[in-house]
Amino acid sequence: MSTHNITVTVNGQAHSADVESRLLLVHFIRENLRLTGTHIGCDTTHCGACTVLVDDHAVKSCTMFAVQADGHSIRTVEGLEQGGALHPIQAGFKEEHGLQCGYCTPGMMMTATALLEHNDNPTEGEIRQAISGNLCRCTGYVNIVKAIQHAAKEMRGAAAVPSQAAATAEATITA
Amino acid sequence: MIPSTFDYVAPSSLDDAVTLLREHGGEAKVLSGGQSLIPMLKLRLAAPTVLVDINRIPGLDYVEERDGALRIGALARESALERSAVVRDRYPLLYDTARVIADPIVRNSATICGNVAHGDPGNDHPATMMALDASFVLRGATGTRTVAARDFFVGLFTTVLEPDEIVTEIVVPIATARTGGAYFKLERKVGDFATAAVAAQVTVDASGSVQRAGIALTNVGPTPIRAEAAEAFLLNKPLDRGTIEQAAALAASSADPVADRRGSEAYKRDLIRVLATRALALAGRRARGEIGNRES
Repeated sequence: MSTHNITVTVNGQAHSADVESRLLLVHFIRENLRLTGTHIGCDTTHCGACTVLVDDHAVKSCTMFAVQADGHSIRTVEGLEQGGALHPIQAGFKEEHGLQCGYCTPGMMMTATALLEHNDNPTEGEIRQAISGNLCRCTGYVNIVKAIQHAAKEMRGAAAVPSQAAATAEATITA
Repeated sequence: MIPSTFDYVAPSSLDDAVTLLREHGGEAKVLSGGQSLIPMLKLRLAAPTVLVDINRIPGLDYVEERDGALRIGALARESALERSAVVRDRYPLLYDTARVIADPIVRNSATICGNVAHGDPGNDHPATMMALDASFVLRGATGTRTVAARDFFVGLFTTVLEPDEIVTEIVVPIATARTGGAYFKLERKVGDFATAAVAAQVTVDASGSVQRAGIALTNVGPTPIRAEAAEAFLLNKPLDRGTIEQAAALAASSADPVADRRGSEAYKRDLIRVLATRALALAGRRARGEIGNRES
């Protein structure tokens, strides 16, 4: 069994740790860093509850070893909020009632974030295709799709004019 | 679920990787996308003592036409096939296949070479590579050899790959004129293995007569199965409805399914007939240029 010293940037902050080779990335995030927003669902690469962004790509963190993340940049659900303002995807889930029990929500939002950063005007079909690796056992997909559409609209608007969220963030920082 | 303990090494060159594999004999496994291997480690269906992570080796993540072939490097991800304009426009069978493998998140990590090296008859690329008449470049500690996809799979999770060899490249014959392909898969839900699937690739002449046919079947036997009788039957015939139906029946007779939760033997065999009919019809329309490769 080997141990490795790794440095991983999580939500913009560098973390160094000695990890066992078999430590899964999701356990590193939840137990070493105490970022428990990333959930463990099926633990078999099906449900997507543990989805995080690794170098801007959605990855199921139960199916990657922490040592593989050495030198890479990771975003989790805790990194969405900026300066006290909700990320458009969080605002979308709030406004459109995109969550019921909330278990799938962190993974769902990270997958949606990766989609919208790549394509800020997806069709409903493209949204449903993108989240097909994230399971919602409440079966709340209709509102999840609406939430992502809501976020897409706000992100498109933000590209043109400062969004409400950004304006709020600015006010908070100024205050 | 926690895997058994193992040593982890991440070499920076293929030479170092195959040397490590040779040093550890059959005890080491190659880690590329990890989307099949890591679940198996967690379920303790596999317990190698060493993982050789090839993800830190530069220059292996290509999907490109070069030297008369489409070449897919060891670290090219499934999602790269979906994003590649060349694949989308010229290799519709590959594009169709990539779109139905696992789910979009898994496809960001999973590699095409890993999909074939794993030797799982439920994987989708093996049949597709057989239908395309692709070959695999195998790099070992003592040299490099090239093996046709049709000779690569020898049994359940068993290939001709030696313990010290890595599939470093997939070589797909370059797309020629009047060639079309299609992949049809029935899955119970996104992310499931195929109940059954059919890969078809056909080349026709100016009159629409078949000059080459590649047909292979997914998850209806211990290995992907080449439907040789159907391939031979199609030669020098037009891909009309009657011909397609006869070829599809021959393809079904090549299937060797077993009953499981996904269906009975008879159901799966008939499913092959239906999927082969659809795959050949679409491959034919694409080959004749009646529809574009991006349409279906």
